[in-house]
Amino acid sequence: MANPIEQFQIKPIVDLQVAGVNVSFTNSAVMMVVTVVLITAFLTVSVRSRALVPGRWQSMAEVFYEFIANMLRDNVGSEGRKYFPFVFSLFMFVLFGNLLGLLPGAFTFTSQIVVTFVMAAVVFVGVTVIGFVRHGLHFLRFFFPHGAPLATAVILVPIELISYLSRPISLSVRLFANMTAGHIILTILGGFVVSLGAFYLVPGVIPFAFLSAVALLEFGIALLQAYVFTALTCIYLHDAIHMH
Amino acid sequence: MAERDNPPSLEELDARLRAARERERAGRGREERVASAGLGLAMRLAVEFVVGIAVGVAIGWGLDRWLGTRPWLMVLFLLLGGAAGVMNAYRAARGLDDTVGIGAAQRRRTRSEKDN
Repeated sequence: MANPIEQFQIKPIVDLQVAGVNVSFTNSAVMMVVTVVLITAFLTVSVRSRALVPGRWQSMAEVFYEFIANMLRDNVGSEGRKYFPFVFSLFMFVLFGNLLGLLPGAFTFTSQIVVTFVMAAVVFVGVTVIGFVRHGLHFLRFFFPHGAPLATAVILVPIELISYLSRPISLSVRLFANMTAGHIILTILGGFVVSLGAFYLVPGVIPFAFLSAVALLEFGIALLQAYVFTALTCIYLHDAIHMH
Repeated sequence: MAERDNPPSLEELDARLRAARERERAGRGREERVASAGLGLAMRLAVEFVVGIAVGVAIGWGLDRWLGTRPWLMVLFLLLGGAAGVMNAYRAARGLDDTVGIGAAQRRRTRSEKDN
């Protein structure tokens, strides 16, 4: 049976050392480059005709655009529009990363905590900076509930601070855990199909039915987790912009 | 939109546009958030709780290393992290997790309840 963890192994493709730091071009990096190239190709080629009545590809691109634009408008309001490029890029990167990772043999870079954490950390630092720039030190007042006795600040402020600092981690862990768990389940079920089907054909059909259902579910999760990651980014952005 | 025999008048269009713009400026279409599936919510609460503790321990460990007070700050921040984890899980369950600080979330909740 195939080792379910093996698929997450990072394999260097081009070995690179810069000042003693390993910056090898890995299979994960290949998938990221492929993802970015595919997104860019999809979005530029599909809207090249700039038709007033969109064709099939152009409507697809417009669906993505409108989905994120509506999400930003509903969650952040009109001030959120200038953050559209960032949020849209984030959504497309996570979505394509999740979906391309489901192709057989492809590496899923969103199943790496490093990748999801860096994305979440960029969101977190960015949102915090926006909050401080727009509201100054007023931002800090939110770490203490309004109207609570002042003596409780010693406990409440650290708790709120830890709660705030845990945001990027829970954001990244959610995406990473969902993708990792899904791919492990798929590999294990796939192993069942092969090992049972090799003995008798009929029992192999049962895990295959499960595998098909779970594979379908994984597509749903890939879409949902990209949505959740982006929606939470929008909510945090709303928070930093409207603070009252 | 369905085709109509007579197109809407300019005044009507103008009013509709203004209403749409008003809605956009408010940007508060968030109340009807999609109810997550049970398993997703359970997973989310578990992650929120564990992450709170982990961040607390990490902060305590870091401060201990820096100040040389091992292990006291880690113990203190483990407890604080546990409290933060419980609060995170509570806020996630109650949908109060969309602001910095629980006080602001509760105030917004009461305000939006008053509006409706």
